[in-house]
Amino acid sequence: MTTPGNALDIAGLRITLPGTARPVVDGVDLAVARGETVALVGESGSGKSLTSRTALGLLPPGAGTAGEVRVDGRDVLAMTPAELRTVRAGTAAMVFQDPRAAVNPLRRIGDFLTEGAVLTGALTRADAAARAGRLLRAVGLDESVMRRYPAQVSGGMLQRIVIAAALMGDPVLLLADEPTTALDVTSQAEVIALLAGLRRDFGTGLLFVTHDLDLAAAISDRVYVMYAGRIVETGPAQALFAAPRHPYTAALLASTPRMDGPRGRLAAIDGQPPDLRKPLPGCGFAARCPLATEVCDRQAPAPAAAPGGPDHTAACHHSDRLEGSPADAR
Amino acid sequence: MTAVLTRRPGLARIRTAGSPLHHLCLAVVVLVTLAAVAAPWLVPHDPNAVDLGSALAAPSAGHPLGVDAAGRDTLSRLLLGARTSLLGPLGVVVFSTVAGVAIGTAAAWRGGRLDTLLSRSTELVFAFPGMLLAILIISVYGEGLLAPVLALAVAYLPYVSRLTRSLVLAERERPYVSAYRVQGHSALQICLRHVLPNIAPVVLAQSTINFGYALMDLAGLSFLGLGVPALTPDWGRMVFDGQTAIQHGYPLSAVLSCAAIVLTVVAFNVVGERWADRVARRDR
Amino acid sequence: MSFAGFAARRLLEMAVTLFAASFVVFGALYLAPGDPASFLLAGRSASPEALAAVKAQYHLDDPFLVRYGHWLGDVLQGDFGRSLTYRTDVSRLLADRLPTTLLLVAMALLVVAVVGLFLGRLAAVRGGATDSAVLVATTFAVGTPSFVAAVLLQGLFAVRLGWFPSSGAGEGFADKVWHLTLPAIALALYLIGMLARVTRSAMLEALDSEHVTVARSRGVPERQVIRRHVFRNSLGTVLTTGGLVVSTLLVCTVLVETAFSVGGIGQLLELSTSTKDFPTVQAISLIIVALFMTVNLIVDLLLPLVDPRITLGTRGAAA
Repeated sequence: MTTPGNALDIAGLRITLPGTARPVVDGVDLAVARGETVALVGESGSGKSLTSRTALGLLPPGAGTAGEVRVDGRDVLAMTPAELRTVRAGTAAMVFQDPRAAVNPLRRIGDFLTEGAVLTGALTRADAAARAGRLLRAVGLDESVMRRYPAQVSGGMLQRIVIAAALMGDPVLLLADEPTTALDVTSQAEVIALLAGLRRDFGTGLLFVTHDLDLAAAISDRVYVMYAGRIVETGPAQALFAAPRHPYTAALLASTPRMDGPRGRLAAIDGQPPDLRKPLPGCGFAARCPLATEVCDRQAPAPAAAPGGPDHTAACHHSDRLEGSPADAR
Repeated sequence: MTAVLTRRPGLARIRTAGSPLHHLCLAVVVLVTLAAVAAPWLVPHDPNAVDLGSALAAPSAGHPLGVDAAGRDTLSRLLLGARTSLLGPLGVVVFSTVAGVAIGTAAAWRGGRLDTLLSRSTELVFAFPGMLLAILIISVYGEGLLAPVLALAVAYLPYVSRLTRSLVLAERERPYVSAYRVQGHSALQICLRHVLPNIAPVVLAQSTINFGYALMDLAGLSFLGLGVPALTPDWGRMVFDGQTAIQHGYPLSAVLSCAAIVLTVVAFNVVGERWADRVARRDR
Repeated sequence: MSFAGFAARRLLEMAVTLFAASFVVFGALYLAPGDPASFLLAGRSASPEALAAVKAQYHLDDPFLVRYGHWLGDVLQGDFGRSLTYRTDVSRLLADRLPTTLLLVAMALLVVAVVGLFLGRLAAVRGGATDSAVLVATTFAVGTPSFVAAVLLQGLFAVRLGWFPSSGAGEGFADKVWHLTLPAIALALYLIGMLARVTRSAMLEALDSEHVTVARSRGVPERQVIRRHVFRNSLGTVLTTGGLVVSTLLVCTVLVETAFSVGGIGQLLELSTSTKDFPTVQAISLIIVALFMTVNLIVDLLLPLVDPRITLGTRGAAA
């Protein structure tokens, strides 16, 4: 299903780690077109961060991979270290979760902005500094911050700097791994608005990794929901939000507090995600699923399109038993 | 505004099981301790019996590890040397642990002026390396084992008391302490019966590591002729005696006593550090 | 907090500790059993003149604190009293011997810094078998007292192989360096092990940080990642061991200089201790403590250069 011209095309990606009985990422297909915003939603440990980091060839030590991860048409998994460096310095870039941890506290901010471009030989030091200055203004900062240390600016400012740094190589693909989680609420909104604006202005594809389904629905064109290393549901944000076709998506929506909904206890999802040390022959969500039957433990469901919505697929044996309203899911 | 999901601290590190070095070191600790305890029954010769005729003789049936420059049996001196070489550090560790735990606990529990006094004096003692303090005391008191043992104990005390203080401070915050307090148990009772047993493994691991350092320092003082009296068999002293034998092309007794010191120190360090690692991980 | 305020506070703290240390060094005399005057003369001809001289020098007829004040005043002017063994000014004895010891310590420090940092960095970056080998080697290095290293090195390289002189300090700079090579290595061995371990664990900690992954994700070549983000960030931890390294080197000169008969202040400390030449012991103790504190102060003042967070007052915000 790889389409030429896509910013990111992941096909059949499988990642295994030493000491685990099942792949931590298991047959993931995912695409981000140029200029498109795609959200990858899942809880901690679902493999969403691992999947997005693979686009930059960042794998944990000892990891084994299968499948294809094409960035701008070229398979990252088959690259030499030198080729990988050029992808990292130019084609694709990442905005990380915690800007305080992502920037070396002992080096000046200007150094952080320019090091990728200068050390890979993409730009001269002067050109890099000039571009960094322009990008800082684009994210609403003054270029004087380049002489400062990370400890001298706020978390929100630092995340803008990280975003500016990600744009240094004029990437076709921007990966954002929970870029707002570590920030306060005001900075969160600012960063989201900034990312949306930059995506428009620079025409980059944006893969937004988050555990926040509401946020995902609000900013993205399409959404992928990931659970236990597999994509359980994908579709246009509106369709997926209005009529989830996987019980996990439905449960996530039901567990979200709502201003307009009934007050009362939040519906949390009972149980734990499946153990990585045990093989998983059936559906990963079966143990926690209200709709699970005997077939769910035995056989992993294949993605199937929704009636009347070919873009909206879910991997569930019982999609048809789910009604439109997420509140009825449990 | 967000769905409730748990954070993950990162994949737990998968650790390999016990290293062979650790087992080896544990064996050395046991062996050296046994040798020190049983030395009087194991020695083939009187460690001070002088047989000048066979001075610097190579190993033979009568003297399995040879004879030193003064005609004394090396094996006998090594075995009996283990006693003095281990007894001194033991004294240092026992004294510094007991006093350090008492002072550290009191400072943490009482706080205030006592705590300030402790941290000030700790800084002062850190400025005096153990060996220097011992030499200063020896220059006043004269040679012998007691003065250097006491001096080193004082020098090592801050390491124990500082550790104890931080452990007790953490322990005091735990709910069970206030539970006992509410039930009317005295501070002393709570410390002795509940707090101390809980912090003991960490403190003892530190003391095991201190043992190795104390052995090095005391052996050094004996090497200088400032530690044990001249005739007492002691590894540090044997290195000094062996130094002259080396000049005469007979390195065996010096090399053996050097090896005894290094192996014992390494063994205690490895066992202590391993122990500290394990209790640190259990606490987390 | 400004840098000047930070420096002033550290300087004051050092002065207070040094003052307390001098009190300990002076007070040690009064731990001696019996009369201080007879202790100071222990075993030497106790002529009335000598007794009077000692009493005058130590102001033994004054109250304790007054005596301490006199003594400290003299010490601050560089007058450590007279050596009872050498019958000369202690400051003279020290002036003759200190250069040799400082050269020895400097050589050892150089070896420690170069080899220790190299091994620690190698172990952290390579990992695997290299790491295990360095760990085992440093385990033995930190278990080897300097006098053991001295005797073994002397036996092998001086007596057996004859590559280096087995004793003495030599004449002229090159000859001195040649004479002091083995002692410097013996002195350095333990600290090489310690520094390599500190460097290794500091670098491993830095390697674990997110900003290292970020740097890699931006295409920074691995060598540069190690240099700019891992080694650079471990330097602060390494630097804080500086005071301990120098004080250990200074104290261990007493063992190594004795083993090699180098004739610096280390050997002088051993000789004056065994001859109960207390003024000399006092002077050398004070010098070692003062040097230790000076190095600690320098380290503290250098740290803000290595870690800007210290003077920015946000240390610990992120690793």
